[in-house]
Amino acid sequence: MGIKKYFPLFVLPTLAAFTVSFIIPFLMGIYLSFNKFTTVENAKWAGFDNYVRAFTNNDFLNALWFTVLFTIVSVVTVNIFAFLLAAALTKSIRGTNIFRTIFFMPNLIGGIVLGYIWNLIINGVLSYFGVDISFDAKYGFWGLVILTNWQLIGYMMVIYIAGLQNIPRDLNEAAEIDGATSWQSLKNVTIPMLMPSVTICTFLTLTNSFKLFDQNLALTAGAPGRKTAMLALDIYNTFYGRAGWQGVGQAKAVIFFLIASLIAFAQLKFTSGKEVES
Amino acid sequence: MTERKRFINNTLFILMIVLAALFLFPILIVFINSFKTKFSIMGSPFKLPDSKTFAGMENYVTGIKSAGIGWAFFRSLFITVFSVVILTVLASMTAWYLVRVKSRLTKAIYSVFIFSMIVPFQMVMYTMTYVVTKIRFNNPVGIIFVYIGFGAGLSVFMLSGFVKGIPLELEEAANIDGCDPVRTFFWIVFPIMKPTAITVTILNAMWIWNDYLLPYLILGTQSKTLPVAIQIAMQGAYGSVNWGGFMAMLVLAIVPIIIFYLFCQRYIIEGVIAGAVKG
Repeated sequence: MGIKKYFPLFVLPTLAAFTVSFIIPFLMGIYLSFNKFTTVENAKWAGFDNYVRAFTNNDFLNALWFTVLFTIVSVVTVNIFAFLLAAALTKSIRGTNIFRTIFFMPNLIGGIVLGYIWNLIINGVLSYFGVDISFDAKYGFWGLVILTNWQLIGYMMVIYIAGLQNIPRDLNEAAEIDGATSWQSLKNVTIPMLMPSVTICTFLTLTNSFKLFDQNLALTAGAPGRKTAMLALDIYNTFYGRAGWQGVGQAKAVIFFLIASLIAFAQLKFTSGKEVES
Repeated sequence: MTERKRFINNTLFILMIVLAALFLFPILIVFINSFKTKFSIMGSPFKLPDSKTFAGMENYVTGIKSAGIGWAFFRSLFITVFSVVILTVLASMTAWYLVRVKSRLTKAIYSVFIFSMIVPFQMVMYTMTYVVTKIRFNNPVGIIFVYIGFGAGLSVFMLSGFVKGIPLELEEAANIDGCDPVRTFFWIVFPIMKPTAITVTILNAMWIWNDYLLPYLILGTQSKTLPVAIQIAMQGAYGSVNWGGFMAMLVLAIVPIIIFYLFCQRYIIEGVIAGAVKG
């Protein structure tokens, strides 16, 4: 049909923007992670020095540990609560639509605003005990978990509801006729049929929690000290908070990217494996 | 319905009301505090305003004036609207081309778009800021170009998934009738793509409206967007935060999204599910 020669009109504008804001910075980023620099122009080759410094940097190791722990707790709690809400809202009770609307709402609010809303509330509660959120890292940790739950439960609930509504009604009815208890039909019918939704929600919470930045910045900004800084915030601090550490910041960013790719790759394996089964 | 089932459903209903109240509570707290005087917020955010601590609209007036929030609001609106509209049109064109023209080049371009979706922003933030500043795109118009670049991956991916399902016959018929590819696309293909285009637009709008770090790095504190203004009002004040004005700012950031949500809830929820399934 002769579409081919229309490349400059159809693809080039998008590709130009994509090249400038993503491809070139990405390649430069890989290269700069092996350099020592304070601006992009004075880069000097440094081999793996930045990576060695990243892995011997206590802030980074602490952020890595904090992020992993936070991600595990968030994935488990968000998915359990989201599933329970979805199960309740697919029962025949009044007002399910209004409840759905309300539970989903926090998801639309931006991370910075979310962080400050919870900063106000958590500090308000803690003030009764004479402390605030920067008093102990565990307050920041659980604050972030509560915030993430509030933000993501409604989102995951919507996906679980869609999954539950896709399960043919006669499957559960057949189980009931065969004398299965409600626990048995949940375990042997509902949950296996819901596995695709579980996979999606698990990975969505996983990547969302792992890459958290805005909420972290607004809720604790790392306080006390840098104890509650997650990976993204620690990378930001390394780049912009420590002169001469830009190379280490870029090396940390590459490591962060590699872990994120690993998660994405696992997801791809997991979902395509499931498709073959069904 | 048996007695037992009715009892369970009634209990569930009451439980849901309690939970819904719990979910709305944080937003409600911000609203209430935005009408309190600035010294009666920190430390006692759960107290309702009384005759002493009620501030009327004062926070909205001072907060908006002092922090340049009015400008920030319209700047955010400008950047979001233009980025989203241009991005949807350009990404739709690109998606159609990449699906219809099969070559090594188009396959390679498509793969890089997909790849970009898994790369965290921190990986490119420093170098991207350098490149964008170097070519002097670090202004409210230039940032639109940057958003098109960053949004391209997910948008092209979702739209091309839809294009794959459009039967070729329609386009062939148009071609026989003498339509060139430009007309074929805008008259026939693009209208068919509308549902997915709306979904993509909404997802991008929510992302750009709420985005903090990218506009902060590129535009800085000079021409701040709403999230940047909020962050600066808190961090830049070094302890002397006007909490009343700050609460009013939070309300201004939340209200447009909630109104938007109540109006096109169906599209937003569909968009979220579609965006999720992409993985």
